[in-house]
Amino acid sequence: MTVTMRALLGATALCAAAGWAQAETLTIATVNNGDMIRMQGLTEDFTAKNPDITVEWVTLEENALRQKVTTDIATKGGQYDIMTIGTYEVPIWGKQGWLVSLNDLPGEYDIDDLLPAIRGGLTVDGNLYAAPFYGESSMVMYRTDLMEKAGLTMPEAPTWDFIKEAAAAMTDKANEVYGVCLRGKAGWGENMAFLTAMSNSFGAKWFDMDWKPQFDQQPWADTLNFYLDLMNNYGPPGASNNGFNENLALFQQGKCGMWIDATVAASFVTNPKDSTVADKVGFALAPDKGLGKRGNWLWAWSLAIPAGSQKVDAAKKFIAWATSKDYLALVASKEGWANVPPGTRTSLYENPEYAAVPFAKMTLDSINAADPTKPTVDEVPYVGVQFVAIPEFQGIATAVGQQFSAALAGQTSAADALAASQDLATREMTKAGYIK
Amino acid sequence: MATAHARGAARVMLSPAVVLLLLWMIVPLGMTIWFSFQRYGLLSGMPPEWTGLTNYRYFLTDPAFFTSIKNTLTLVGGVLAITVVGGILLALLLDQPFWGQGVVRVLVIAPFFVMPTVSALVWKNMFMNPVNGLFAWVAKLFGAQPFDFLAQAPMFSIILIVAWQWLPFATLILLTALQSLDSEQLEAAEMDGAGWLSRFGHIMLPHLTRAITVVILIQTIFLLSTFAEILVTTNGGPGTATTNLTYLVYAQSLLQFDVGGGAAGGIVAVILANIVAIFLMRMIGKNLEA
Amino acid sequence: MARSVSTRRKTLVTILAWAVAFLIFFPILWTVLTSFKSEGDAIASPPKFLFFDWTVENYVTVQERSDYFKHFWNSVVMSVGSTLAALVLAIPAAWSMAFVPGRRTKDLLMWMLSTKMMPAVGVLVPMYLIFRDTGLLDTRTGLVIVLTLINLPIVVWMLYTYFKEIPAEILEAARMDGASLRSEILYVLTPMAVPGIASTLLLNIILAWNEAFWTLNLTAAKAAPLTAFIASYSSPEGLFYAKLSAASTMAIAPILIMGWFSQKQLVRGLTFGAVK
Repeated sequence: MTVTMRALLGATALCAAAGWAQAETLTIATVNNGDMIRMQGLTEDFTAKNPDITVEWVTLEENALRQKVTTDIATKGGQYDIMTIGTYEVPIWGKQGWLVSLNDLPGEYDIDDLLPAIRGGLTVDGNLYAAPFYGESSMVMYRTDLMEKAGLTMPEAPTWDFIKEAAAAMTDKANEVYGVCLRGKAGWGENMAFLTAMSNSFGAKWFDMDWKPQFDQQPWADTLNFYLDLMNNYGPPGASNNGFNENLALFQQGKCGMWIDATVAASFVTNPKDSTVADKVGFALAPDKGLGKRGNWLWAWSLAIPAGSQKVDAAKKFIAWATSKDYLALVASKEGWANVPPGTRTSLYENPEYAAVPFAKMTLDSINAADPTKPTVDEVPYVGVQFVAIPEFQGIATAVGQQFSAALAGQTSAADALAASQDLATREMTKAGYIK
Repeated sequence: MATAHARGAARVMLSPAVVLLLLWMIVPLGMTIWFSFQRYGLLSGMPPEWTGLTNYRYFLTDPAFFTSIKNTLTLVGGVLAITVVGGILLALLLDQPFWGQGVVRVLVIAPFFVMPTVSALVWKNMFMNPVNGLFAWVAKLFGAQPFDFLAQAPMFSIILIVAWQWLPFATLILLTALQSLDSEQLEAAEMDGAGWLSRFGHIMLPHLTRAITVVILIQTIFLLSTFAEILVTTNGGPGTATTNLTYLVYAQSLLQFDVGGGAAGGIVAVILANIVAIFLMRMIGKNLEA
Repeated sequence: MARSVSTRRKTLVTILAWAVAFLIFFPILWTVLTSFKSEGDAIASPPKFLFFDWTVENYVTVQERSDYFKHFWNSVVMSVGSTLAALVLAIPAAWSMAFVPGRRTKDLLMWMLSTKMMPAVGVLVPMYLIFRDTGLLDTRTGLVIVLTLINLPIVVWMLYTYFKEIPAEILEAARMDGASLRSEILYVLTPMAVPGIASTLLLNIILAWNEAFWTLNLTAAKAAPLTAFIASYSSPEGLFYAKLSAASTMAIAPILIMGWFSQKQLVRGLTFGAVK
């Protein structure tokens, strides 16, 4: 941002402050995930400390939210003062200069306490453009009782072959117990998040150094075939429509032996209020194939301020509150340590009270095992573990996700799905000008 | 009949609606046409630049394009078939004297009031879900494997959901038409020994023709742009099995955030919709001539 | 009824009609029932139909999380407002088309209807830009304008078909008596067309209430109607059937109740000229 721009912004902020001396209203767009709903419920703690600020929430399902905030920020619509966005958006938007840098958050915020992997994903050219609200990786969650019954022991760092063996041993279709539940619902943030992360461990990649799509290469075929084999034999029916929520519901009802998904799920499946298997869940790192990469991703839902907002100061106050150490303590005091938003701060994992939470260590290990800057076995021109941080990715990955979902539903073969994916990805990349 | 004065007045009174609609057509449509010739990726951060027919070329050669036209027609046709046939049968049933007509009519009309998003969510989660859905439970009751509706028969499932919403509408219009039928005519035919089938075929059905065309016209207008039901249930998949034209345009505009590509798709959709419209108007026009 | 009907036949028809009606209504009934269950009961297998612990906790949770009445009021304002605006525009237009038809009237009508076929998604970005520049984003006024224009063709058409059934002689008689055009429309035509206008009004309130693309995409916090309210329950984490059902019930109940109470008026004019 140029000096003039900053001066202009400062001036507008001043005018705004003068015009609205009593109360400023922040409009905050967020996702309807449990942790955000909790934040919304705790708004009063913030407004009590900042009586001159009121907060209005726009809480939406993830896709609707992404559409709305993207349209708004790209057209400079100015509807929101704070937006909840992920590690996919931040590098792209930050590069466009669409976000306000958060480097100047107050000292007690302790920026250096943020987990390095997460902070790195939210930083562009040395500027932190969004503050992480919660961070997640993915890991294996499994039923300790079923594992025992099957006579197996889950290693801390399993291989894909072990997962298959265990899935076979745990499946008991007559009693509606399926060995493994994985995402199948089409979407770049649904099945493609899982499959892209999985493919990394199989040595696959989205693009080579010339941005040429790689779905016609063997590693992708291996990934997809292994996945289809696993799901068709040991997965639940209707898997091609299962996303995170559907699988969570299945696991909570005791219908899954293993589930490889976001680390945040751990607090849901171990919560006795909703989960019938709360005391029988174990955790392990996401599987690998012996190639040096694990199939786990890295994501952080984060709060960011759109450039051009006239309420930057108030918005920063809110962000500093919602992503602070104090907020974690506040949630812990009301709901217990297991329910604090995980995966953002080193100090949380050093807290002995939090270390007692069964999934704390595995979450941290998983986050640390992911490296967005070097996601694949081979060298690639992009960053992002379960995504590729280019604007075209959402559309391409959703279309590819549709193909893979169709393969899972049995409506097309793996080979056809891969060929179609290669075609459509090549088309879009050519149209966008990556492939000359 | 109309005097010059009346004609003038007519023009004055017609104009607000026409001018507004014209603006509504021209301003967004004009902008859309303009954007359709631009290379304008919302996320690229680059200002739009002229790119000629590129967007159209890509949209029209998209492998999903013809599938989407086929799907659009299947969806419209399927829903029309179910609602017209089902509507006639229901109207014939409800036209009979029976106890509790008021309440039954209230129950039958209800689905029409339900938001498309809500009805899609309810059907998807609470009925068609192969693990927790009610249909799965019914299947298990009979010892069958639960059928995975949205994966195995995605288009059929969506047609079913949409038809459920529109059946009341068709039924109501057809019922009103049926009730306006001169009952003496029917009785006379009955006296003459005409069977039920011939009474239906020779008297009722011809009488219903206009109502049927109206149902087809109105529903087609709405069904061509079916979107919420697809977005909520299948996201256009699996593969492209339920991607209709509207959904394809959506994927361009709000998943790719390719404003240019989306605009080109929108223009193509408008042109195709107008072809269908002209076709329909020909058909309806004849039937609606007083 | 002129025909005498045997009791046996009437009983049969009654059973059949009730069975069909129940089947059609069942999804809504099931949603309402589920909204009173705990999340655990909502996915119980075998399903619990009536014998479960009835609870209103879902409604409480939903209301705590999102201010239902704010969304409800926005829905009311935009659906009623846009319908009234559309009527004001459409009555004179439909009068002209019905009583002073020109050679181009039919084409004009068809053209109006064809504007409805423009796929909204393709126009979102242009519309968003217009709304941004006119300050209409997230305002009820903006929504009323868009919904008025979206539904105007249907309103004009419904009124046109209805007006056409009114004998022109009556209007001419009024004109002979020296009635001005304004009073002709206001005091002669409108009262005669009340059933048609009423059902047009009702149908359009329903359509506007359920419109879920523009109302979701052009609003943020202030003007968000019930369609946006639903979007925050559509796929949250964890078990959600009961809460989704409660939110759904709250979103459809007002329009359902309105529809039921006014169904006679709705049905009477819902002919689109199909009945002579």
